[in-house]
Amino acid sequence: MLTIEELTTDYGPVRAVDHVSLEVPDGSVTAVLGANGAGKTTLLRTLTGLVRPSSGHVTLAGRDITRLPVEEIVRLGMAHVPEGRGVIAELTVQENLRLGGMWRGRDAAPPAEIYELFPRLEERRTQPASRLSGGERQMLSIGRALMGRPRVLLLDEPSLGLAPVLVAQIMSLVRKLADTLGLTVLLVEQNARSALSIASRGVVLNLGRVVAEQDPHKLAADDRLLHAYLGF
Amino acid sequence: MTKFIDLTLSGISDGAIYAAVALALVLIWRSTRIVNFAQGAMLMITTFIASAVINSGGSYVLGFAVALASGFVFGAVVERVVVRPIEHAPPLNAVILTLGLYTLLVAVAGMIWGNTPRSFPAAFSLRGYKVGGTTLLFTPNDTFIVLVVIAVAVALALLFRATSVGLRMRAAAFAPEVARLLGVRVGRMLTLGWALAAMTGALAGVLVAPSVFLGPNSFDPILIIGFVAAVLGGLDSPPGAVVGGLVLGLALSYVSGYEGSALVPLAALAILVIVLMIRPTGLFSATKERRV
Amino acid sequence: MTAVRGALRASMLLRSVALVVVVGVVLLLVTESLSSYRNLQLADGAYYFCVLAGLTVLAGSSGQISLGHGAFMAVGAYTVAKLGNAGWALLPELVAAVVVTLVVGIPVGMAASRLRGPYLAGATLAFAVGLPALADKFPSFLGGENGLSINPPVPPSSLGASFPLERWEAWIACAGALVTLFVFYNVIHSSIGRSFRAVRDDEIAASLVGLRVGRRQTLAFALSAAAAGLGGGLLAVVTQLAQPGAFPLQLSLTLLAGVVIGGLGSLWGAVWGAALLVLLPNWTNDIANSFSLSTSVSHNLPIAVYGLVLIGAMLLWPSGIQGGVRAAVAAVRPRVAGRAGRGRPAAVSEAGAGESPVPVSSDQAASDEAAKAPSER
Repeated sequence: MLTIEELTTDYGPVRAVDHVSLEVPDGSVTAVLGANGAGKTTLLRTLTGLVRPSSGHVTLAGRDITRLPVEEIVRLGMAHVPEGRGVIAELTVQENLRLGGMWRGRDAAPPAEIYELFPRLEERRTQPASRLSGGERQMLSIGRALMGRPRVLLLDEPSLGLAPVLVAQIMSLVRKLADTLGLTVLLVEQNARSALSIASRGVVLNLGRVVAEQDPHKLAADDRLLHAYLGF
Repeated sequence: MTKFIDLTLSGISDGAIYAAVALALVLIWRSTRIVNFAQGAMLMITTFIASAVINSGGSYVLGFAVALASGFVFGAVVERVVVRPIEHAPPLNAVILTLGLYTLLVAVAGMIWGNTPRSFPAAFSLRGYKVGGTTLLFTPNDTFIVLVVIAVAVALALLFRATSVGLRMRAAAFAPEVARLLGVRVGRMLTLGWALAAMTGALAGVLVAPSVFLGPNSFDPILIIGFVAAVLGGLDSPPGAVVGGLVLGLALSYVSGYEGSALVPLAALAILVIVLMIRPTGLFSATKERRV
Repeated sequence: MTAVRGALRASMLLRSVALVVVVGVVLLLVTESLSSYRNLQLADGAYYFCVLAGLTVLAGSSGQISLGHGAFMAVGAYTVAKLGNAGWALLPELVAAVVVTLVVGIPVGMAASRLRGPYLAGATLAFAVGLPALADKFPSFLGGENGLSINPPVPPSSLGASFPLERWEAWIACAGALVTLFVFYNVIHSSIGRSFRAVRDDEIAASLVGLRVGRRQTLAFALSAAAAGLGGGLLAVVTQLAQPGAFPLQLSLTLLAGVVIGGLGSLWGAVWGAALLVLLPNWTNDIANSFSLSTSVSHNLPIAVYGLVLIGAMLLWPSGIQGGVRAAVAAVRPRVAGRAGRGRPAAVSEAGAGESPVPVSSDQAASDEAAKAPSER
């Protein structure tokens, strides 16, 4: 279980995350919604230690990880698929995947189950990642994160720039991962409808604060709220 | 014609050394976006250490090994102690810092070993091969130089392409933040990159010392020529550094042979300026991005 | 309004003239009481000042660094030596040294303006090593390794027969330094100086408001090269020699240390830097002697100090040279603003109060200056 208590992150004078508290239960998918600049990405970056919080705590499976370096947080089972996917374009598909499992001491070819999830990646495993399409990159990025057998998966805008069909595919994959592997997912999205369709819970951020935290169906039906904070 | 062949052969031997220096610069540029202007002084120090080992009765092989080992340690220490704090500073800081390190090391070497250049032994004979009736400028030691540099280039290529440490180093160089998110200890990879680079530089120092003699300032021209070779190859690409080194070795050998050695540094400058003006990313670089 | 502006501009010119006269008189009186050894040191410091002032304007005002100014000094020195041996008089010799280096500096500056960071450093480094080697290529014209020797300058007979040569040399070198001071003081405080700084702070912003960035940088480079040429010419006059060994790579690095010590961007910094370059070898010699260290230690001690200074400065100024300059500007700002007796905006920088125009915040400096400069042209 991932617990966030009163987490606050500042960029100089700008408060990007403002006393955010969240409990993310094991095996759940929590959708974090919000407009541009709501603090969603900063929240994820703070969780993995890429940005230092000004105050507050993050606990992963009972252990305080707030001040740990990124590499150590990753080693405790937190995987972060960054905004823009973070595929290393200069490396091949297979090299990208290998990197994901390396910290576990697993530096063999990716196991069959990864390629079962993403058959396209197997076809293109010797190609540089720069040749992949947007959807393939997203799959590579998620597959690479799974290589480390994480407990918690942080996904930053996986739908960005993808066609609706692909978005639906990715979303159902995320749900499946949570159900079959017991993965705890924190899904940051601007695409509220598709995120809420698979989420166990929905959280809305505005100007760094949690302004709503509800059952995803209720949230999806709350036009007034969605209009006010997400612009539709 | 014999002269041309001679110049070509010695150009290959010089080029191998330039390639090693350029490789050292490229390894560091790739991982930290810093041109290590202290490289020439670092390899001077390690060559002095090898000289001390050999003069106190150690074999050439021992001296050679000590030079490489001390280069490895030296590179790691320099990265940890002085480079780490300025890794995210503007590029000018790194330039001035490495030049400061260069200045300091030259002075320290002068204090310890004096400023008078001394001789340094070669691994093999410095007498040219005989083909038919003529003696070539190419010597058994030149063969050694070329083979050793090829071996090191191949070893580095294998390290980067075929090992998991190499994969992590490349990931750390290409995308440090993503690498950290994948659990790669990026700081260690940078240190390792500097250590390997300084070791490659140390190799170049031991190889070139017999022909330039060993003094605190003996390697200044080599450093500049190595920089030109690295830029020629695109600064980012280890194979480019090797090709750049060989091309420059040949070009400068012809200049030196036909126009006199005094023009060598100017010729290197001219080649550098032409390359930078025509193709700022280097002749052999795949990157299109303008970094100058 | 125009009249006020004119008066302010005139007062800047007047101020620089006053500065030069005062410093000149002080120097004149000082040289009277110095020993011939100290006078020679003063002469050394004066030609170092010329070079450092040029480098300061280049680095502090346009954001470029050059490691090739040792080579420009060589150009100036060889010009003076060749013309001196051809029978030219001292003044035209030195003027020619400036002109020749300026001419050499323009193409180098044009190339340099297209390069950044390590590329610029590497190219100028190669220039510093490459150019003096020309003396070996043309031994009959440039004297090879041994260089060219020239006759010492002769003090005019009106000064009396017993006028010491060293004092005359100090006068010559100090006159050169004063000319450099006058020129750069006015350049820094003119619209050209402001446009240099606009380019330094933000090239893109500067080009958006219509400054030709490349041209500004070429101009700054050529001006600083000319100053280095004057410095080199004075060096040749003082040492009566122009030889490649006087302009090694180490000289260019020493100059870099001098500029960094002085705190880039201010002409006063160039004074401190020059003083240190002259005095440090003396001090370290004394230290070496009192601890009875060997000569190889005492010879290398000043160089080690330069290296430590460069490393230390970079570790202490993590925001970079320009950040250091801005911090320095920010530190003097309240004092200057108080003295000027008015807050902002245009009047302060028009008058050129203090070392640089005084912006409200360093971030605004670029846009302010950039916005102002073109309207004045």
